[in-house]
Amino acid sequence: MAVTTVQAGRGTRPAQNLRVDRWWLQPALTAAGLTAFVIYSTWSTFTPHDYFAGATVGRDYLSPFFSPCITNRCGAGTTWHLVNWWPFSAAILMLPFPLMFRGTCYYYRKAYYRSFWFSPPACAVPEPHGKYTGESRFPLLVQNLHRYALYLVIPFPIILLWEAWKGTHMITVSAAGSLVTSRGLGLGTLILFVNALLLLTYTLSCHSCRHLCGGHLNALSKGPTRYWLWKRVSFLNEHHMGLAWVSLVAVGLTDVYVRLVASGAIHDPRFF
Amino acid sequence: MTDVSTDSPRSASKGPDMVNMQVWRGDASGGDFKLYEVEYREGEVVLDVIHRIQATQANDLGVRWNCKAGKCGSCSAEINGLPRLMCMTRMSTFEPGQDITVAPMKTFPVMKDLVTDVSFNYEMAKRIPAFQPKPKDADGKRRMAQRDVERSQEFRKCIECFMCQNVCHVIRDHDENKVHFAGPRFLMRIAELEMHPHDTGDRIPLAREELGLPYCNITKCCTEVCPEHIHITDNALIPMKERVVDRYFDPITRLGRAIRRKR
Repeated sequence: MAVTTVQAGRGTRPAQNLRVDRWWLQPALTAAGLTAFVIYSTWSTFTPHDYFAGATVGRDYLSPFFSPCITNRCGAGTTWHLVNWWPFSAAILMLPFPLMFRGTCYYYRKAYYRSFWFSPPACAVPEPHGKYTGESRFPLLVQNLHRYALYLVIPFPIILLWEAWKGTHMITVSAAGSLVTSRGLGLGTLILFVNALLLLTYTLSCHSCRHLCGGHLNALSKGPTRYWLWKRVSFLNEHHMGLAWVSLVAVGLTDVYVRLVASGAIHDPRFF
Repeated sequence: MTDVSTDSPRSASKGPDMVNMQVWRGDASGGDFKLYEVEYREGEVVLDVIHRIQATQANDLGVRWNCKAGKCGSCSAEINGLPRLMCMTRMSTFEPGQDITVAPMKTFPVMKDLVTDVSFNYEMAKRIPAFQPKPKDADGKRRMAQRDVERSQEFRKCIECFMCQNVCHVIRDHDENKVHFAGPRFLMRIAELEMHPHDTGDRIPLAREELGLPYCNITKCCTEVCPEHIHITDNALIPMKERVVDRYFDPITRLGRAIRRKR
């Protein structure tokens, strides 16, 4: 029998974990998943080749990590020539925005507060910190910037949809040896579209988006359009955690696929 | 706690079975777990077994309870380490032969055995200004559209079992925060009033500066333990954090408010 004695004074039970279920499993899986993504995305960011599948493989696919590519270092995959003086990986210019959005996302906050900071590791499991001020002070005060991150990141899924549309360009070599572009659909095109739609859905399901769409109103009945929007975003918001994970995995897998096609490791099947 | 479906072997047994139940015994000066071997029957809940211990082995066992129907919020405790209502935790959810621990809520001072002093919650409730209604319509009535009622009605389901307060690590693991953190139940009460279309009060500065809304790090334990399945974090705490952002951090919504005021 477990016997624990409490000291006189506060009168509460001592801090001890009485849970007998596998409470550690979820934070462990979350930590593993997020760590794997951070390692892979860091590698991809600093491996600035094979992220664009161009004419040599007959496709027009750009990895989402590098989209929109605004330097001339992306070669034919360049979206806009805006920062041609940039000497480093083009992904460094773009990834901070989605990173800021996900880093301040209400779901990811829960995930990493539990998994990495053990604050708390799981419900009713004692946390190891002697003091706690939450998000009331710097640096965690910056979590209030999530709204700004939303404003900045909204264009990204739309640009990715446009990149996916560009992915319908199928490039072939004519009998005369010249490059011929035609519309078509490859497996990569589908992957780019699905990735862009998942990122769009994840972005729209954000708690800040829900608030801006109508959550800020006290009388929803006075704003029927905003009520309609709020109801739809609320539905997505219920699946925010799932969308956060699915879109995270999708963006990583899309990068892997584009790299495999670009490097010639696999051939991208064309449906028509 | 290893929960299994209600069709586990424990529920299949027709006659009385035996369970080892470790119940916290003690008071403000200290205490420990005491083991009771007690019988239970099909369909019983943890509170039934606690009552059997009280009737047969420990007449002085302190336990607070009322309705036995999950509606009064009195019998909150920690069963195998998780905050739960004793009257709503069926014995069939445990594996046969598994020891069950029943402890008082950790966040509040123990008065006796499973009974805790929850007066912290009533003190926090007093700090929230009550409903401040707008004037009535010309015909002397007040009207609300159903879609406006629905949002705050979710929060009215609260039975004040205080398990969300108990599980919240801000005060559970940091007693010093009880001075400036009201806890999820009362931040939800502020959200309910703030979202009410007929209320004229402004409690956003109170929530931010005095009742500790920024202390919440939205780890959702309050939502996980709520016996009424209220989406405390998603529908009350995060919307309140967003209203704080509107007021203090977002220049675009501040600009919008300024323009509307000028009109």
